Amino acid sequence: MAAVRTSSEIGFNRIAIVAVLVVTIIFLAPIYWIASTAFKPRNLATTIPPTVVFQPEISPFVKLFAKRSQMRNPASPEEYAAAPWWERVVFDGGEKIVRDGKGQVQWSGYPSRFLNSLIVAITSTVLAVGMGTFTAYGFSRFKVKGEADLLFFILSTRMLPPVVVAIPMFLMYRAVGLNDTHVGLIILYTAFNLSFSVWLMKGFMDEIPKEYEEAALVDGYTRMEAFFRIVLPEAATGIAATAVFCFITAWNEYAFALIMTSRRAQTAPPFIPSQVGSGLPDWSVIAAGTFLFLLPVAIFTFLLRNHLLRGMSFGAIRK
Amino acid sequence: MAHIQLKNISKSFGNHTALTGLDLDIADGEFFVLLGETGAGKTTTLRLIAGLEKPSEGQVFIDGVDVADWGAAERDVALVLQQYSLYPRYTVRENLEFPLKPKIRRLPDAEIKDRVDRAARTLRIEHLLDRKTDRLSGGEMQRVSIGRAIVRKPRVFLMDEPLSALDAKLREALRTELKNLQMQLGATFLFVTHDQIEAMSMGDKVGVLNHGRIIQTGTPHEIYNNPRDTYVASFVGSPPMNLIDGKLVNGRAVMAPLNFELPFSGGAKASAATEGRPLVFGIRPEDVYLESGAPVEARVHDVENHGVEKILTLRVGDTTLRATVPARTDVAIEQPVRFAWNPDKVVLFDKGSGVSLRHAG
Repeated sequence: MAAVRTSSEIGFNRIAIVAVLVVTIIFLAPIYWIASTAFKPRNLATTIPPTVVFQPEISPFVKLFAKRSQMRNPASPEEYAAAPWWERVVFDGGEKIVRDGKGQVQWSGYPSRFLNSLIVAITSTVLAVGMGTFTAYGFSRFKVKGEADLLFFILSTRMLPPVVVAIPMFLMYRAVGLNDTHVGLIILYTAFNLSFSVWLMKGFMDEIPKEYEEAALVDGYTRMEAFFRIVLPEAATGIAATAVFCFITAWNEYAFALIMTSRRAQTAPPFIPSQVGSGLPDWSVIAAGTFLFLLPVAIFTFLLRNHLLRGMSFGAIRK
Repeated sequence: MAHIQLKNISKSFGNHTALTGLDLDIADGEFFVLLGETGAGKTTTLRLIAGLEKPSEGQVFIDGVDVADWGAAERDVALVLQQYSLYPRYTVRENLEFPLKPKIRRLPDAEIKDRVDRAARTLRIEHLLDRKTDRLSGGEMQRVSIGRAIVRKPRVFLMDEPLSALDAKLREALRTELKNLQMQLGATFLFVTHDQIEAMSMGDKVGVLNHGRIIQTGTPHEIYNNPRDTYVASFVGSPPMNLIDGKLVNGRAVMAPLNFELPFSGGAKASAATEGRPLVFGIRPEDVYLESGAPVEARVHDVENHGVEKILTLRVGDTTLRATVPARTDVAIEQPVRFAWNPDKVVLFDKGSGVSLRHAG
């Protein structure tokens, strides 16, 4: 069809574009704020009105990764001249980098917390989505006694705020020695996400015509082979959407991570604000930590964006 | 190739009974059509044979072996469905190869290629082999589904309304193709449809299914000319058989409340037992004819011109009946006409049970 447009349609289009722009700006503003603060020198991070034009600096990231301590006296000129550039930016802030006995630079707590976050979020996402996919397939394809009740029961685990059970969980975890362990957090996050994953995947599974698998069964394949060869590729969109949601939940979880972990298994969310406490808050360093923390979710979501767009419509576009 | 037998099959889903006491016998190499309305239990019957459902009662035999414990994979049947029978994301070739690659009967690669190519040639889909299935037309898709069935040389082909989703022209073409294919392969086909034209034109044998029961099994000729009851009479044929209430009085058919008489020649069958008993007279529209001196007067209620013939709806009192007449017959709506029937072709049904007297006797 030739595109014949009336003036009112063009007008509506313009309004729509403006609306999209406004909404996008509202959503991007905090991200811009974090990103720009992460590259600001410490003294510009908290100015009123905010500094918009500035010389970007890498120093907040150096401070984020290096273990530092306050200096009583500023560094001597010789010391300053001998230091590499990344050590000088720390000297500029009135701090020095902590070294061990052999003069080796010490890492700050951030990299290990970040790694913990990755381990816990990825493992719990894989577990929750994996179990959720199988469970949803079972509910979708087989006659399960009391199916409605069971599904309601699964959903009911989300009917109270998780923090309500934080204290009893903490006591139980301490009793069985799961405190401050990766396994402990993984179990918790998997449990949170499982009900969500089952429900979401059930919707996607119901959308896949059972005729596909039946054709495979008749063709000589086992139920398991049919599941892996036919159902799973068809469910990829749903799995991607579910995985993104589960990953974001696990990645951003704060309360339980704060209560259940202290050092070994601590994730990034409780760690980043804990840095506020030492000396005056260095907002640039906090912003740098937050900025890096945003990246994995952003990358993960970006990689799956095609699946997500289809997944979000919950099968509405599929024929 | 196989001989399929269903013995006293019942199947219910919860409170809903899909099939009751179903017996079916499909000979080796036969094109058997299961005809029935939506919800009659056709698909359930097919799924029971395929092994996708288990019967609540009764047994399924393939070549005389009770297959109750055999899964769908072991029964070696092929299934063609109305839709969704192709795997999305796969190309046509991959779809055709799929049935040849399961662990339980994986064929050597050369054999797979050979069979796929042969099937593609038979169905004239060679040019589509590398295309993704979502880029096929409806007719091409159904050809590929049929191809997926024939590559495997299964013991029996099960087809669940494979032509219903296609447009009329294509349906006709594929009907012929499918029938030719079956004769060429000499394979056993069980074809399920609600379309009586498909049943009549393709089937060696037709089974009419209603409310989960087989009403009648026979050749299309038997089903058409000698329906077992008024249901079959009114379901098969387009337009369906005329059914008129009446009685036999002194060898003549007397239509009761309508008050007209027609000759009846059922002789031997019109014994004393049928005399005066409430009956239903069944007559095919093509056995009703117009003639100036015929015994009954009617008015033309409606005329449908079908090209080679016209289908008239005649009105007698407040009842209508259909007559197929040659296209050259010149009639106008509301015109008075006189008609008669071919007394040899009349089928008598018992008024109460609806069963044909020939079958009851």
